Amino acid sequence: MSDITRAEICVTACADLFAGAGETLASPMGLIPSLGAKLARLTTEPDLLLSDGEAFLLTPESTVEGWLPYRKVFDVVAHGRRHVVMGANQVDRFGNQNISAIGDHARPTRQLLGFRGAPGNTVNHRTSYWVPRHSPRVLVETVDVVSGVGYDHAVGPFHDIHRVVTNLAVLDFNTPDHSMRLVSTHPGVSVDEVQKQTSFPLAAADVTETRLPTDEELKLLRTVLDPDSKRDREVPS
Amino acid sequence: MRDKRMTADEAVAGIKDGMTVGIGGWGSRRKPMALVKAILRTDLKDLTIVTYGGPDVGLLCAAGKVRKLVYGFVSLDTIPYDPWFKRVREAGGIDVLELDEGMFQTGLRAAAHRLPFLPIRAGLGSDVLKYAPELRTVRSPYDDGEELVAMPALKLDVALVHLNRADRHGNAQYLGPDPYFDDLFCLAADRRYVSCEQIVETFDGPPQTLLLNRMMVDGVVEAPGGAGFTSCVPDYPRDEKLQREYAEAAGDLEKWPGFYERLLA
Repeated sequence: MSDITRAEICVTACADLFAGAGETLASPMGLIPSLGAKLARLTTEPDLLLSDGEAFLLTPESTVEGWLPYRKVFDVVAHGRRHVVMGANQVDRFGNQNISAIGDHARPTRQLLGFRGAPGNTVNHRTSYWVPRHSPRVLVETVDVVSGVGYDHAVGPFHDIHRVVTNLAVLDFNTPDHSMRLVSTHPGVSVDEVQKQTSFPLAAADVTETRLPTDEELKLLRTVLDPDSKRDREVPS
Repeated sequence: MRDKRMTADEAVAGIKDGMTVGIGGWGSRRKPMALVKAILRTDLKDLTIVTYGGPDVGLLCAAGKVRKLVYGFVSLDTIPYDPWFKRVREAGGIDVLELDEGMFQTGLRAAAHRLPFLPIRAGLGSDVLKYAPELRTVRSPYDDGEELVAMPALKLDVALVHLNRADRHGNAQYLGPDPYFDDLFCLAADRRYVSCEQIVETFDGPPQTLLLNRMMVDGVVEAPGGAGFTSCVPDYPRDEKLQREYAEAAGDLEKWPGFYERLLA
């Protein structure tokens, strides 16, 4: 299939976050990570568990297969069989994430949502981040408020920041000091451009190109999961 | 058995300046808005509000009722940010204890169980502890020796919750998909008030939906539509149009007085 869009590449990059997850609760926040999780379940990860964003676990056919109100989500967080893909107003070199406030927390220049579940997620189970607009304002040297815990603040036995998927690239923390590393750039994006849109120097030794969706993935995405192409409005090509 | 029926104004009449008030629901879902509006009609001030925050926070902040807010987030769900909450925070207008959502639940549970604290891993390494230096950690007394957050009990003077059905004695039922934490709010509080869509003689549906029993409730208020404009499924979904009007007015101080008057009318 031709005319693969940037959004579709982002969706498959998000799907790949769940590789090997098995019977794990996938908690994707936002459209692109949600499409990625659904796509993973329909292809390589049929055992993934997915919620409707309210209180039910749904099969790919939208049949209720489980009940998961917030109190039980918190149990899964503590139990650990969960991979959350959160948004981030800021994410920094060591994977700290901020969704709380910009500026001084006592009197923010911009109040955001609050800590939400980020502190608990990041010390209990695998966490990834989705950044729809990769820019120096989002990819910052140091976050203003540590909501999600990065590697330089890591504590406890279960801290695991997996990857950051953006509209430009895939990044991880697989370096000796766990600073952010450029894994792959999306087709048509240069390493220089990603670096220019990032406020700190990225490790960039063996950068590859983010893979293209397979024909099967494109078909599922375009005909089953997102026939109205909402994905292309979130990430313009 | 006692008849605990009362009006919304009677339910909030026992609240005094400076008290700690827990508000059930979640975000813009099943908020006890009729009881919140009853607070707005009083001269109460300096309240500490404990909530998984939605428009309850914005309205109480707008009316100058809040000295301190204890929360994990404030959001209107379909509208990410509450403009009133943003405004008071960006003006430094209230004290806050901003928690992880799980820490919040753990604090309510500690209060419900009459414990000084309960351990939880959430919070470690994050700035929750930096901005709340009163929170302490505790070391496991067992061989693992792990350090954990000692989440203190979030004790409430008053809990306000809204459910779908209740009887006059204070047994109450949720019919939507999620109980949220309304039972914990009631167990954590000295005085507990439930508003409901309808007071019934007997309950239909599975007994597992009877979230509150009469030991947990001091007053019952029949308030049809009493969660609006937040959702109270299956009785009604969120009134998105009214919520948009709220958010627009909250973002524009010239529009606000007119909207506020209409909302309370």
